Amino acid sequence: MTPQLVIFLILAAITVAGAVSVILQREPIHSAISLITVMIALAGLFLLLESEFIAAVQIIVYAGAIMVLFVFVIMLLNAGAEERTNMSSMARYVGVPLAIFLLIELAYQVGAATSSMTAQPVAEGATRALSMLLFQDFVFPFELTSILILIAILGALVLAQRSEGAPAQRAQQ
Amino acid sequence: MNDSLAYSILLASLIKVLVLLFLVLTAVAYLVWFERKVAARIQGRWGPYRVGPHGLLQPLADGAKFLLKEDTTPAGADRLLYFTAPVITLTLAISAIAMIPFGPASVHILGVATPLVIANINVGLLAIFAMTSIGVYGVALAGWSSNSKYSLLGGLRSSAQMISYELSLTLSVVGILLLAGTFNLSELILRQDGFTWGYLPKWNLLSPTFPQVLGLFCYFIAAIAETNRAPFDLAEAESEIVAGYHTEYSSFKFAMFFMGEYASMITVACLASILFLGGWLSPFPQTPGMDWTRYIPAAVFAASGVALILDGLHHRSFARITLPLLGLILGALSFLCLQPGIIDYVQGPFWFLTKVLLVLFVYVWVRWTLPRFRYDQLMRFGWKVLFPVALLNVVLTSLAVVIRR
Repeated sequence: MTPQLVIFLILAAITVAGAVSVILQREPIHSAISLITVMIALAGLFLLLESEFIAAVQIIVYAGAIMVLFVFVIMLLNAGAEERTNMSSMARYVGVPLAIFLLIELAYQVGAATSSMTAQPVAEGATRALSMLLFQDFVFPFELTSILILIAILGALVLAQRSEGAPAQRAQQ
Repeated sequence: MNDSLAYSILLASLIKVLVLLFLVLTAVAYLVWFERKVAARIQGRWGPYRVGPHGLLQPLADGAKFLLKEDTTPAGADRLLYFTAPVITLTLAISAIAMIPFGPASVHILGVATPLVIANINVGLLAIFAMTSIGVYGVALAGWSSNSKYSLLGGLRSSAQMISYELSLTLSVVGILLLAGTFNLSELILRQDGFTWGYLPKWNLLSPTFPQVLGLFCYFIAAIAETNRAPFDLAEAESEIVAGYHTEYSSFKFAMFFMGEYASMITVACLASILFLGGWLSPFPQTPGMDWTRYIPAAVFAASGVALILDGLHHRSFARITLPLLGLILGALSFLCLQPGIIDYVQGPFWFLTKVLLVLFVYVWVRWTLPRFRYDQLMRFGWKVLFPVALLNVVLTSLAVVIRR
């Protein structure tokens, strides 16, 4: 076994274990931390593919920004442990078989598609290549996506303002 | 590459890691001493003076005290997170320093020439930001796991503050990335080599394309907020929420938070000197007429050595021996710096550490001069002043780069 394979197996095990732990933990904050672990292990997998830029961005954006918001909200709501309920019959007889079927199908398709492929390390200057793709070849979809996100933020703001602002306006009149 | 060479490189890196770890932990201890001395001077006091001459052994006494105190865990604490939070803080703060290059020369360890940096990676700058961005979990989780309302408030404040100021921090260096076109910290320094009109260094702060004055302004303020230092230390504001996120911590776990704060101060100061002040580059041009500047390190060591020896004569007892001894060691260092093989070698680290010390002094100066912000002021300033200014800097720098290319 090469050192790369050993590191890959360790990181992959951490990723899967973390992902399972996200679902199984009862405290929301523990689930969030498991998710952060998954993000960081994924960044390690990106490093293994020699895409340092993606790895760093993965940590900065997902582990460092988005998950901080999650943790912030959990702390703000002071969310306690979840209550465990027995599975509903719907989930037991329809949900579980469907989930297992989906898992098998995905595993089969991914396995079939990548059986003849080996992971290719990205060439030197990957950051430049990526920025060329984003800001030249795909600049229109890229900007469109950011406008879409902006509209979503504005929409959320409008909704939040409306429910709070209406009684205040009435009080002023 | 054969196996023995690979092992030598691995061993050499390991030696570098251990040496740097030792240096950083010592630097952290004496940074606390430095801060207390500067604070005392600002407030017209003496500061630490009892333990050793000029309180120089105070860090040792503090360390022993931290180790000997009772280590308590509050009732109802989330034990696992309560234990990991200080570890996260300290580990991330110290490992970020691995990316910092200290000089241009390379050292020979076990026959392998390695540069004065542990991890010279292509995305060094991003890697440091990655470390600082997950550093917030140390504070947030400490606040959550302590099962105390003050800690929770501190953790909440800290996570909101860090999200807000991280944007400005990252945006403030985009101007430099536009000028240099690389994330590699060593290359970022090399791009700042040269002099405008023969005497003004082409550091990014004074860049001939577009001086990064706004960039440094935003970077420094955002960095103070990121390291939770006054006037942005809302997370531990003692007049409002006892001690914030580390209210419930005692003994060595508290010491870990404390050391983490100072270690991240050092990282931020190193980064400021690399990004804006030309890192290890000398502020003097290396022309034949300016050859004397190479003797500045030796002169500084010699002068401080003489000052220490003279100072030692004013003391009685213990300090009368130790201070002149320290002075003699500095004198020997100064003599060492004059040796032909070493004189070129010390230039890089000397100028780098001088700049870092300068930034650290400003850091401490700000803390003991400005009063703490109120929370709404902090948020308003971060989003309505700092963020637009950082954006403006990006726009102006891109314009300048396009026009002057």
